[in-house]
Amino acid sequence: MTGSTTSLPVPAAGRALVASAPKGESECVLSMALAGNVFALEAAIVLEILDVVPLTEVPNSSPFIKGLLNVRGKVVPVVDLKVRLGLATQDETTLDSRIVVLSIQLDNEECLVGILADKVFGVMEIDGSTLEEAPSVGIAWRLEFIRSIGKSDQGFIVILDMDRVFSNTDRNGA
Amino acid sequence: MNAGPSSHADVYLAEAEDLLADMEAGLLDLEGNPRDADQINRVFRALHTIKGSGAVFGFTQVADFTHHVESAFQRARDGEIPVSPGLLEVTLAALDHIRDLLDGKEDRAREKSLLARLATHVPQGGAASSRPDKKAKPPRPEPESPRHWRIRLKLGPQVMAFGTNCLRLLDELRALGDAVIIALPEGIPPLEHMDPVACYMEWDIILTTEQPRSAIEDVFMFVAEDATIGIEPIAYEKDDSKRLGEILVERGDIDLDNLMGALRQQRPVGELLVQAGQVSPEKIVSALVEQSKAREEPKTPMGVDAGHGSLRVQAERLDSLMDQVGELVIAQARLRQLVADSEDLNLRAVAEEIERLSSDLRETTMGIRMVPIGTLFGRFRRVVRDVSRSLGKTVELTMDGEDSELDKTVIERLNDPLVHLVRNCIDHGLETTEERVREGKPEAGRVHLSAAHSGAQVLISITDDGRGMNRSAIRAKAEERGLLAPDAQIPDGDLLAFVFHPGFSTAREVSAVSGRGVGMDVVKRTIDALRGTIEIGSTPGEGTTITLKLPLTLAIIDGLLVRVGKGLYVLPLSTVEECVELSDDARKDQRGCDFLNIRGALVPFLRLRERFKVSTPPDPFQKVVVVSSGTSRVGLVVDQVVGQHQTVIKSLGKLMADVREFSGATILGDGTVALIMDVPRLIEMGQTGADDRRLQSGVDDRHLIAGETR
Repeated sequence: MTGSTTSLPVPAAGRALVASAPKGESECVLSMALAGNVFALEAAIVLEILDVVPLTEVPNSSPFIKGLLNVRGKVVPVVDLKVRLGLATQDETTLDSRIVVLSIQLDNEECLVGILADKVFGVMEIDGSTLEEAPSVGIAWRLEFIRSIGKSDQGFIVILDMDRVFSNTDRNGA
Repeated sequence: MNAGPSSHADVYLAEAEDLLADMEAGLLDLEGNPRDADQINRVFRALHTIKGSGAVFGFTQVADFTHHVESAFQRARDGEIPVSPGLLEVTLAALDHIRDLLDGKEDRAREKSLLARLATHVPQGGAASSRPDKKAKPPRPEPESPRHWRIRLKLGPQVMAFGTNCLRLLDELRALGDAVIIALPEGIPPLEHMDPVACYMEWDIILTTEQPRSAIEDVFMFVAEDATIGIEPIAYEKDDSKRLGEILVERGDIDLDNLMGALRQQRPVGELLVQAGQVSPEKIVSALVEQSKAREEPKTPMGVDAGHGSLRVQAERLDSLMDQVGELVIAQARLRQLVADSEDLNLRAVAEEIERLSSDLRETTMGIRMVPIGTLFGRFRRVVRDVSRSLGKTVELTMDGEDSELDKTVIERLNDPLVHLVRNCIDHGLETTEERVREGKPEAGRVHLSAAHSGAQVLISITDDGRGMNRSAIRAKAEERGLLAPDAQIPDGDLLAFVFHPGFSTAREVSAVSGRGVGMDVVKRTIDALRGTIEIGSTPGEGTTITLKLPLTLAIIDGLLVRVGKGLYVLPLSTVEECVELSDDARKDQRGCDFLNIRGALVPFLRLRERFKVSTPPDPFQKVVVVSSGTSRVGLVVDQVVGQHQTVIKSLGKLMADVREFSGATILGDGTVALIMDVPRLIEMGQTGADDRRLQSGVDDRHLIAGETR
């Protein structure tokens, strides 16, 4: 999915249904690129996808936080997952870069957060029967953040558990 | 009757909560002065309304229970039984029970024991044995606001077929107050045309009640659809009661011409009218009743009833109003920015008008949310009474400044921390009675609650005259926990503030020694969340004062927009004292923290460019914004002072919890986000920086100070 700002319809089913989808049923995920890796997160938590706009920097905040963004009257922190996930950082915004606004659970509270993605591909369905646990070796991601690994036409795709990515108390990144 | 629509029930619950609070205050006053007839009436009235409305809205259990308490108090009011401490005690317990019942918590066993206790205070034939009886003559209406209502009731013909018992309706009306009911049989057809299950009757009811119109309407809630119901207040003229003819005309029973015609015959008008077949004899009777009521009516102006001029609004509506005003303020800021670039004078005029309006609207909206703090303080009379009794101490509670107003949300959230502090005061702060006598203090410990406005802040303080805080015990504890180096010198306030340290403070560890600390960290956290601060002052042997400083409101503040590097930041305007230019001398001196000479006073300043690690070249003429919090002042060096900005505060959220310099964010006119500086925190940093520097360069600094003040 390239081109201008794309708003994704939030599936009416909501996150609960997706999360509890039994094995064998397909799961809707949004796939994106980050520092040359392809990963996905469940589509139900995605609120909207925005073009990259100038952010308000927060002095002395952790490197993980890139700045603040006004999303329809709400102040939303935008974070750089590359720092968090321990991927090589190259701070470049390209034409393909997007901010993906998510609704996550943090200490049992709903809160909005934006993540920077190098490129957003689109929503895809992953066959639930292909979902597997992450192997303990041979993977660049920090294991504790991976929910499962699915298979798509293009190969394997890592599905992140966003609640867990943000839940850790040390939010200073790797 | 089943509970009505949930919104009605909610209104009842909110009203009952207020009534219970009122009643509690009345009962506590009665403890001091059991013969105070006003207070007895106040309690009785509250009970009566809780019962009456409870029955209407389907809280039958509440109504039944309250009825017993009410009956007991009615006897007290009529002087049959004295208001004894025992009666007050059990009534207070009953009040708690009613509160629980309203919360949906049932406790049959407690109810039984309460009724039994109540019965012991009321001689036989009293309340506990009688059942609520709707046909009983209702209690005499209260003197303040009885009003007369004229009700013309014509039920639909099918109403009995639908299962409505007309007599029950009339009984319910009687329960509201003093009702005179006159049946109007005119509509009844001859026997051969009569349907035995149809209702042909009409009624005229003259009702004297203190209940509002809605209470009367509620009686007809289920029949209103097919019935013709006229409810009108009877407005009596102040000087003279109305003539019969006028009443009939006003009711539309006859018209003026007929009346005049009848009057010309110079005989009793009612008789004449009946004779002339203009009205039925029953209607004349009904009008005569109204006339006699009018003659009883005391000569007071109409329309002065309690609660007139105030309105009960659901809290959520206020909250959403506040949100919308917030959005309006943001939109207005955008408009202002757009207009600033425009040449169109008319447009500018309109924009200024809108700016003024939105600012007024903001003020008014915030005013609506303001609640006097007395509503909060009132609850502490009960807390103090209960805690002091359970500890066997005598405590005298005094208050002042109950009229100070504070945002509703702040008041609500203050409840728990204040309860904590007051309990601590009594439990740990005050000595036992024996100790006090030994120390030569009055036997009764004193706890004083006060509230006062100070700028954009409210100061709430709790003072006791107890033993004061034990500094050496706190110090020992802090050293033991590694929070303080064994012989470090720290300011007294900082030492006392250790009691707010989490985990410092369980009763087992500290309270027996130092006197303070149960859940003090919870208090601190709540006050922090409200953007407030806590100060402790304590003199050994003389007592302790804990002062909470709280902002007046949480949602919107006036801010000063400043620029540091490329970033825009907001300083709460209430904290800003003045803006000055940074002098050449001070600018050249590129150390971390310096002093500014402001009319002879030394003010440390912080270079925000350094603190925020800004890399862009600084503006040639840097400004210093002097901000203050309490007694401390600090200057903040910025690149530019942009201007005033109405700031809608948005929280930074949990992800940003580790950011220290900012307390929130706001959205500017162009849609970008600006951070709101946490001034007390920055002042703390500035002062610490100044202290550090003083320590580092001891002699030099003294020299500097002497030099600048000269």
